[in-house]
Amino acid sequence: MGREFLEGNEAIARAAIGAGCNFFAGYPITPSSSILHYMLEWVPQNGGTAIQGEDEIASMGFCIAAAMAGRKVLTATSGPGISLYSENIGLAIMGEVPLVIVDVQRQGPATGSATKGAESDIQFVHWVTSGGLPIIALSPATVCEAYSLTYQAFNLAEKYRTPVFLLTSKEIGVTRESVDLSRIQLPPLIERRRPVGAAEYAPHYFDRPSDVPPISDFGGEYISRFTTSTHDKLANMTADPAVIQEMIDHYKAKIDSAIDDISLYEEDLQEGAEILIVSYGITSRSTKVAVREARQKGVQVSSLTLQTLFPVPERAIKSALKGIRKVIVPEMNMGLYIHEIQRLACGMEVIGVNKMDTTLVSPRMILEQGGVL
Amino acid sequence: MSRNPHTSYMTGERGALPFCPGCGHHIIVKSLDKALVKLQKDPKEVVIVTDIGCIGLADIYFTTNAFHGLHGRSITYGCGLKLARPDLTVIVLQGDGGCGIGGTHLLNVARRNIGITLIVGNNFNYGMTGGQHSVTTPTGGITSTTPWGNVEGPMDLCGTAAAAGASWVYRATAFDKDLPDIIARAIEQPGFSMLDVWELCVAYYSPRNQVKKNDLMRLLDRHHLKTGLLANTPRPEYSAQYRAAVEKRKQVTPKPPITEKFSHSVTKQTGIVIAGAAGQKIKSTATVFAQAAMFSGLEVTQKDDYPITVMTGHSIAEIILSPETIDYTAIESPDYFIVISQEGASRARKRIESLEEACTVLVDRDISLPETRAKVERLPFAQTSKEIGRLSIATVALACLLRHSGVFPMEALKEAISTFQKSAIAEMNCKAVEAGARLVP
Repeated sequence: MGREFLEGNEAIARAAIGAGCNFFAGYPITPSSSILHYMLEWVPQNGGTAIQGEDEIASMGFCIAAAMAGRKVLTATSGPGISLYSENIGLAIMGEVPLVIVDVQRQGPATGSATKGAESDIQFVHWVTSGGLPIIALSPATVCEAYSLTYQAFNLAEKYRTPVFLLTSKEIGVTRESVDLSRIQLPPLIERRRPVGAAEYAPHYFDRPSDVPPISDFGGEYISRFTTSTHDKLANMTADPAVIQEMIDHYKAKIDSAIDDISLYEEDLQEGAEILIVSYGITSRSTKVAVREARQKGVQVSSLTLQTLFPVPERAIKSALKGIRKVIVPEMNMGLYIHEIQRLACGMEVIGVNKMDTTLVSPRMILEQGGVL
Repeated sequence: MSRNPHTSYMTGERGALPFCPGCGHHIIVKSLDKALVKLQKDPKEVVIVTDIGCIGLADIYFTTNAFHGLHGRSITYGCGLKLARPDLTVIVLQGDGGCGIGGTHLLNVARRNIGITLIVGNNFNYGMTGGQHSVTTPTGGITSTTPWGNVEGPMDLCGTAAAAGASWVYRATAFDKDLPDIIARAIEQPGFSMLDVWELCVAYYSPRNQVKKNDLMRLLDRHHLKTGLLANTPRPEYSAQYRAAVEKRKQVTPKPPITEKFSHSVTKQTGIVIAGAAGQKIKSTATVFAQAAMFSGLEVTQKDDYPITVMTGHSIAEIILSPETIDYTAIESPDYFIVISQEGASRARKRIESLEEACTVLVDRDISLPETRAKVERLPFAQTSKEIGRLSIATVALACLLRHSGVFPMEALKEAISTFQKSAIAEMNCKAVEAGARLVP
């Protein structure tokens, strides 16, 4: 491999194949459809199965079951598809199902501007199901990051037995860029843990709440059970409040305790800066240009780019906030991630730079509305 | 198969089945056990998938694998398991309620012929939520939600599944003595099989409608529904067909990487917009131009704008060239603006009106443009391409831009064309490059 001219969707599909993905199910939706096309072509070459479901609900049902039968699973959709996935995503969280869900975000709500960009689903995926259980969401800014974060997403899904969101957007998914994927440092692949030596398999076994239970695939060495209802470690339905709470605490603890392992971000902090711009996704690229311009004009400004959106990399954010008086949060939505920053930046001025007119937040908009220049 | 034959696939550890006394689910679940005993399946290779509904409580009473999922979606989990592991025996237990909410999955599993077995415990109402009417409630039936008698007609599940292509369809009642044998036969069908079992809901439907064992036949007659084997049309199971089809598929040879072979004269981020119409090969020509820029050592991005009805209307591509990494991928003030169709000019009207003086517009001489401060050069793109081939107009225009701007050599564009385009098209487009270059005096 050398230099190529690729769109983000293709980079994601390539990475998924590279990470050993051998099951894909999805339903066509702009701007994610090309991931479906690539996967339908390439997954069978990986010895796997890729199928277009009759709708998003069926697609996610196929994915959950295939993941529990030992496959490495990817699906891809856009905001309206996340709505239809959401009940099953709750099932995947409580069933501890490893799978990767790509959301190529577009302008919404409803059908919106189907072929145009936005980063609309940030809190939608965060709170995609009931109860406030944590989820993992990564957000690339470039085609190269779409490639590397897909590997990371598969690793996190397998390591923590949980669905992982890859929040990209039309602006990354279907924009082509000159890239050299062979120069990207990839993490070593992580595979799910399997039970060893147990007489009976407990599908949700843990000693400490933060432990990740090993998986025995359906059709494997052990008899396996899976259930959508509140259950104990053996996946037996239960109505015992103490057991129910123990399981809920486990779903939360296994993600919360791993926050440092999951937190991916880039710091560009300037000594003495009192302004911090926190950004993610495509808007972080406008931020880069804005930061360069501000510094050229003698304004000190720091920047924190988040690749992990959830769980919120609080340690990195708090550390970047030291000595800061004003925080700017540019977003291609009406202000979603800003709520996470506001609760961490107590007493500081927090300014959202927002738009949803389908065009990018420009560096000038960040500098002007953020009051930098 | 283990050495000792399996005498039951049910465990006593969980106590008695949780169904109401007299509920037909008892019979269905025990008949499934007997069917498995008859077939002597390895319990590790059997998955019982259950829906939400009273019958969905059954899976954990079995010693096989058990998968209990969302309401109406049990067919999708069964399919996912079977697609991932075609060697497994997958049996789905669903009620008539699940057949309603998950109706599309029933149609599609039948159509695809994924080799799972669906057993419907059909008692004409929702037993778990208080006896509301379902898609199979008989006309006139009294339920919590049809207190005046159901005015809707019942869905013929068997007829529906058969019409959708199910390879084996059978209607039984829970009182059929040979129910275990029928279930075993359903499981043995390699493709999708469905067994609709009519039964009594003793908590709701039966007492409200005075339906007893003997009344089931009367209900069937009233709705002109038949019992017994209703379809048996074996055809290859989905996964077998899928493997055969994908093996025939030729692998596409990957495109070669782009190495730096030429130089460029770009010193700052340069934005180029090409506005044309569907059928003018705007997107693909912009891509090959971008690849040519990469052969010249440049960083490039490309975005496209076109209507979802792809064969009509405008088509606009935006290319950014830069000697360095491109962060901001929008073009706020284009350096070059090419217009090769009236649709493109109309779509880009606002942008053309606001172009800066430093921008150069290369426009086909027959297209009318809105007022603009930019430098406008009118050129015979359409006429030139007519002589070479209608599909070459975008190449003619971009070659003209290349000669005009000198951003990278003509040879780089020819290199990209011959590397990435099919030979017949490449031959035409190499001529178009020459012709486009000649348009600049």
